[in-house]
Amino acid sequence: MDFSNKEFSSLIDINAVHYIANLIRLKIDDKEARVFSHQFSQIIEYFQKLTEIDTGDIQPANENWAMNNIFRDDVVKPSMSREEFLNNTPHHDGYFVRVPRIFDDR
Amino acid sequence: MELSNLSVRKAHEMLVNKQISSVELTSAVLENIRRLDPKIKAYLTVTETHALEQALKADIRLNAKENITPLTGIPYALKDCLSTRGIRTTCGSKILDGYVPQFNATVVEELDKSGAVLLGKNNMDEFGMGSSCENSAFFNTHNPWKLDRVPGGSSGGSAASVASGLSLFALGEDTGGSIRMPAGFCNIVGLKPTYGRVSRYGHIGLVSSFDCIGPLTQDVYDCALVLQTIAGKDSMDGTSLPASVPAYTSSLGKSIKGLRLGIPEEYFQAGMDEGVEITIQEAIRVYEKLGMQICEVSLPHTQAALPVYYLILFAEASANLARFDGTRFGYSSNHNFENVVDLLIQSRQEGFGEEVKRRIMLGTYVLSSGYYDAYYLKAQKVRTLIIEDFKSAFEICDVILAPTCPTTAFKIGEKKQDPLTMYLSDIYVVATNPAGVPALSLPCGFSEGLPVGMQLIGNHLSEELLFQIGYAYQAETEWHKIHPPII
Amino acid sequence: MKFEPVIGLEIHAEIQTHTKMFCGCNADHTSLSDPNILICPVCTGLPGAMPVLNKKAVDLSILVGLALNCNINKTNIFARKNYFYPDLPKGYQISQYDMPVASNGWLDILEDSMESKQRVRIRRVHLEEDTAKLTHHENYSLIDFNRAGVPLLEIVSEPDMHSVEAVLSYANKIKTYLRYLGVNSGDMEKGILRFEANISVRPYGCQELYTRTEIKNLNSFRSMAQAINYEIDRQINCYDNGETIPQETLGWDELKGKTYSQRGKEEAHDYRYFPEPDIPPVQIDRSWVEMISSHMPELPDAKNQRFIDQYGLSIQETRSLTSEKDIADFFERTALLSSSPVRTIYNWLMGDFTRQINERKINYQAIPVTPENFAQLLDLFSSKVINDFTTKEILIEMFNSNKNVLDIVSEKGLHQISDADILAGIIERILSENPGQVKQYQAGKESLYQWFMGQVSRETKGKSDPQVVQRLLTEKLKVQ
Repeated sequence: MDFSNKEFSSLIDINAVHYIANLIRLKIDDKEARVFSHQFSQIIEYFQKLTEIDTGDIQPANENWAMNNIFRDDVVKPSMSREEFLNNTPHHDGYFVRVPRIFDDR
Repeated sequence: MELSNLSVRKAHEMLVNKQISSVELTSAVLENIRRLDPKIKAYLTVTETHALEQALKADIRLNAKENITPLTGIPYALKDCLSTRGIRTTCGSKILDGYVPQFNATVVEELDKSGAVLLGKNNMDEFGMGSSCENSAFFNTHNPWKLDRVPGGSSGGSAASVASGLSLFALGEDTGGSIRMPAGFCNIVGLKPTYGRVSRYGHIGLVSSFDCIGPLTQDVYDCALVLQTIAGKDSMDGTSLPASVPAYTSSLGKSIKGLRLGIPEEYFQAGMDEGVEITIQEAIRVYEKLGMQICEVSLPHTQAALPVYYLILFAEASANLARFDGTRFGYSSNHNFENVVDLLIQSRQEGFGEEVKRRIMLGTYVLSSGYYDAYYLKAQKVRTLIIEDFKSAFEICDVILAPTCPTTAFKIGEKKQDPLTMYLSDIYVVATNPAGVPALSLPCGFSEGLPVGMQLIGNHLSEELLFQIGYAYQAETEWHKIHPPII
Repeated sequence: MKFEPVIGLEIHAEIQTHTKMFCGCNADHTSLSDPNILICPVCTGLPGAMPVLNKKAVDLSILVGLALNCNINKTNIFARKNYFYPDLPKGYQISQYDMPVASNGWLDILEDSMESKQRVRIRRVHLEEDTAKLTHHENYSLIDFNRAGVPLLEIVSEPDMHSVEAVLSYANKIKTYLRYLGVNSGDMEKGILRFEANISVRPYGCQELYTRTEIKNLNSFRSMAQAINYEIDRQINCYDNGETIPQETLGWDELKGKTYSQRGKEEAHDYRYFPEPDIPPVQIDRSWVEMISSHMPELPDAKNQRFIDQYGLSIQETRSLTSEKDIADFFERTALLSSSPVRTIYNWLMGDFTRQINERKINYQAIPVTPENFAQLLDLFSSKVINDFTTKEILIEMFNSNKNVLDIVSEKGLHQISDADILAGIIERILSENPGQVKQYQAGKESLYQWFMGQVSRETKGKSDPQVVQRLLTEKLKVQ
């Protein structure tokens, strides 16, 4: 497949889209990847506008909260029952959550 | 008079005076749902039995005159992003179809305690991603004013239900206009409170930094009543504000003379529909007549608010939606998998809609190594500038006026093609959430038969002031009293 | 070419608070085997759940940071570490990234000799939450969330260690410190304390760092030593053969005695860290640090020095006493109450007393013998009211029952027999009953002396004063 077409030479190429999809555990085929690549590039190009704004040594908003030090006391509270939890679990044996074999190590 | 069109305030009066019972009131609304919802489709789940049980309990309370609150016996609905114990909660997504929470969101607990009656869960854009209610995995909700139009989103179902008498009030959630826009499109009142004013515990989160739960009601007084019940510090939500909750109705009726109304110059440049602009200008004249001082303010980083909003949204949403993996709850793909990774990928693939996939992929991209500084970090810095914008503006004025949306409700299917255009229509509502400030949307007129909404934006924790001004406006106008012809 | 090993250690220590890091669930997950009982929407990552920080975990992390000579960072921000794995319910772990609790600390190790003593720098100490537990079967895996969300402290050292001895010394010291501070029990078998080693080698004298490998799942000091030794040799061999070392994560196969490459590591670790939006920052001001500091117990190094100065013990002796805070405390309390010489106390404590504890497989918190009782016992021994054999007997009895020393002594009539007349009589009788042995001894078979001692001891049911017996026996065995 020819990806040199100007329309698709974009900020986020197909390979990047596949890489991202993998990171986020989504499966997309090449056709979808091309559509996403085009859409993403448009959107990201629009976001480049931010780089034009001078932020000097401004502190990021998420490091500067109005309140700090919100805590919980180290006191045990009642837990959820196993039945309640497993009520929504697709596959279980009454005790554990069950999933297909995990092969990759941490 | 139609019971289902009663305001909360009026219904409460009638309940207390025993002119009606909660069971009667609830039954009337349920009947309305049966009649109208097949056309409007505001509800994903109607909890008829549960509602009547709660109504009965409310009536007992009312009869015993014990522990009566302004919401006792009042039927309401919830946007389906709020966890309800024992009641299906989907967040508008296939990936949660069949999920039944085993706990209540804190706001639901508060409403339960107050004796309000839950009618059911409202339709929404999947995971709040959308501003038209066309992105629900289940079906579209229709605007009660014109059924071929969108009700706005993402709290479209909640707005449509209040507007058409399918609930006396509802709770929605606003991340970047999701309460206000549908309120504007449906001719009702919608409040995005100050960030942290209302607990988010149990709300199926999209953007932890922006999400705000708030009321959708027929008028400002009702809005104050509902906020009174749900606001306050929650030990289960580390971001909820410790500030005490004032008596919100006590400021209603006070004069607004001398208060300064700021008109941001950036909001009134090109972009608005002519009909919308005319309506907004008329509204400004009403405020002038009521004695408010009109002044010009500037929010210089208005244009930047959009990329800031979306960048942070994409990033946080991509992380918040990572827990949907088909293993512990929710949709799990049916095939036989040998490897758990395949189960994950397939479940997410089949469970998430396209808009969700697009946004979480973008979020992953902006956070990925090499791009974090340029995008996410940059957005957080510019966000500080936006916060400063509002701070400076509020030194010159007490409240800011803005249109809720540059257009009235568009046709279903009309704007779906181009994601970028969809994003641009958010311009008036997206700056408030990064800044954390509250904003009240209220009806201010019509354009070509469709409602126009306006916003009052205030400083942190200024809900009292917003209510005061909104109430004064509603005492002077009748827009909020007009109901859609369908009912 | 001679190569030197370059090793850094990453330690994960569960902070033994009552509750988990971000929710009120009971954190004591190792004392039960029933799965999915200590859970709630927060630690199982259900939609709508939100984390709230456990203050005690922060307090203890500051305590550890101070003990490890770190700077305590004023502004702490939590961050999301994003990746997918079935034991991570939210799809991200709440951890700390560039604003951890503590950084730039150090610990001295190998202090036995001035030549080997060195300082290991500690890069950082940060807080995070633990994952769920997985068990694997042939074609499925099971998940238990009891452990999910338990508070975890991660301690990262610089690659300052250049031998297995250094690593073991450092690891042991950290373990001891954590036990002293009451933060962690040090149980590696149960996974409460976990070690990961980063290993590379480089030519001696070279300052550059070569490619390193990471070994996980080292659940005992023994396997740590074996694995590190193996890996060092393997890497040196590779370089000697002209091969390169790829950067990878390895597991340690205990049975085969080899490290092995772990699958699925080709994927780059892009964790996409960003500040946790559900948790406001933590500002640790000076008064908070001072308050924590005031609760710092005397740490092993200081205690060692003080024991040497105050009690005149050798460094080896103080080491065994201070290896556990409980032992050191017991020793000191006994020393305070007892008039016996320090050496006596030390010998009995490290000898029979420890033996009793080990045999019963209990710890100091559970022993029925108080320092007061022990001191009394030792004093009776030192003043020769009882001999060492009797002392041992009484000690066993004290462990078996809860009885007071003096009661046991009088109940069992265990007073030492020191009366020379009585003993002389017993000795004379034994000698007269065993003339053959007497003759053999007098002829030169000196080993029979002990036999005679044994006979006297048996006759007196172990209560005879050995010194008096010795004097009398020697005298009476002389050729007349």
